[in-house]
Amino acid sequence: MSAVFNPVVMRITFRATMSRKRALLFAIPAVILIGISGLLKATQPTATQWPPAFLGTFGFSVVLPLTALIIGTSVLGAEIDDGSIIHLLATPVRRSAVVFSKFAVAVVLTITFAAVPELLAGLIATGPTKLTAGIFAGALAAAVIYNAIFVMVSVLTTRAIAVGLLYLVVWEGLLVNLVSGASELSAGQYSLGIANAIAHNSNLNAHLSLSTAVILGVIVTAVTLALAVRALSAFSLKGESV
Amino acid sequence: MTAIELRNVSRWYGNVVAVNDISMTIGPGVTGLLGPNGAGKSTLLHMMAGFLEPSRGELTVGGRPSWRNPETFRILGLVPERDSVYSFLTGADFVRATAKLHGLADPDAAMGRAIGIVEMAEAQDRKIATYSKGMRQRIKVAAALVHDPEVLLLDEPFNGMDPRQRLQMMDLLDGLAHQGRAILFSSHILEEVERISGTIQVIVGGRLAASGDFRAIRRLMTSRPHVFLVRSSDDRRLGAALIGRPAVNGVELSPRGLQVRAADYGAFTRELAGLTRQEGIRLRELLPADESLESVFAYLIAS
Repeated sequence: MSAVFNPVVMRITFRATMSRKRALLFAIPAVILIGISGLLKATQPTATQWPPAFLGTFGFSVVLPLTALIIGTSVLGAEIDDGSIIHLLATPVRRSAVVFSKFAVAVVLTITFAAVPELLAGLIATGPTKLTAGIFAGALAAAVIYNAIFVMVSVLTTRAIAVGLLYLVVWEGLLVNLVSGASELSAGQYSLGIANAIAHNSNLNAHLSLSTAVILGVIVTAVTLALAVRALSAFSLKGESV
Repeated sequence: MTAIELRNVSRWYGNVVAVNDISMTIGPGVTGLLGPNGAGKSTLLHMMAGFLEPSRGELTVGGRPSWRNPETFRILGLVPERDSVYSFLTGADFVRATAKLHGLADPDAAMGRAIGIVEMAEAQDRKIATYSKGMRQRIKVAAALVHDPEVLLLDEPFNGMDPRQRLQMMDLLDGLAHQGRAILFSSHILEEVERISGTIQVIVGGRLAASGDFRAIRRLMTSRPHVFLVRSSDDRRLGAALIGRPAVNGVELSPRGLQVRAADYGAFTRELAGLTRQEGIRLRELLPADESLESVFAYLIAS
């Protein structure tokens, strides 16, 4: 266990992430999601179209990726920015254990602040249905895949939030919808594919089959995490102003 | 034992050479890495700790390259310059967590010992956020010492410390060196390390400018020619009296006062007070005119 995950790294990461001011942002997308779901349920209690469209579109292209972006760039990137990462790296702990531990914390926090709210919103909108189960399963997958991507981005660049936002808006938001075939390279579509395999609902706008979504999702997660480990192993401190 | 060995190590960033062909060996005892800001000290320390890849040359710690080798930290402790610690932890939590990251068998005992060495037991249960600069520096040293490393690297450990904290830190480093450890620290202020005994390596412009026994280099520095600006109740008479002294090479009257070129810093400063009293002249101001670090280091390179 401790070869893959390091409990001390996880504990420090959790406390550091939750003690930053940024932690206040974690809950905002979820509050909006649940609030609007409640509002729609109150005004259109019997409609069947809005739950999959709203929870799928707003949930999977705004709430999940944004929450994962804020958390995923926070767990490792914030420590690289302020220099405190050096205290973890000046020990013999394997760099892979640092990356995996931080990734695990990010996934757990994203599940708490985005996947569980998706589940709650689904319950509010449709009750304990297949749609709710599918959306929750898809949200769990999104928490894993998006965080792998954002943890990698935060090791590779100091402008992780800007790069992550650009990726979300341009790639996930624009190209995936405009260019056919791009959905095979979209974390959002992998999660929707998994959601749709349970929910079977065309309003989710899922384009990928379950097997494609799972295989590609696993590959993207593994590759991005491997790149993050590689980059952290070559972590360099800037010298004096030269 | 050779703790750290550098053979023809260079590091450049694009066209800028930060460290230029440096070879040195660091053994047990205290070694000061001295040089003005931007000389390449941090670059050197970062390479030693494995946080920067040498562009050329060989660098080993305990006989093995430190780049991409976290195992180096089994025998190496690093006190980074940046003051970014996990301020939400208490001092004890921070040092204990570091002990666990090292996989020590008894993290609590190791924490207690390390905190004892830096004399921080009283404040160990306070959050690091409440610590003064000197206390933060000491808790960082405790964390770096928790696994009892043979080699300790400290990047500008005296920065921002008051004189008393500085003396404590120097005594601490001396004590650690007496236990047989290799202690290497960097500093850009020569005067602040005067109590340290050991070796120094002077880095200027990315090159090794001087190295050797600390006292010898210190003597070289204090006996170097100095220019002072002196203002007194009678500059002309004081000038005449000064030029008769062997410690003085030249005197020039200027509207701002008397420019004195002293041949020997130590002798001149000792003699000046007695001379003015003897002549009945009142001394109003004494300013070293060329005390900039650059002139000190330039002198060192020239000799």
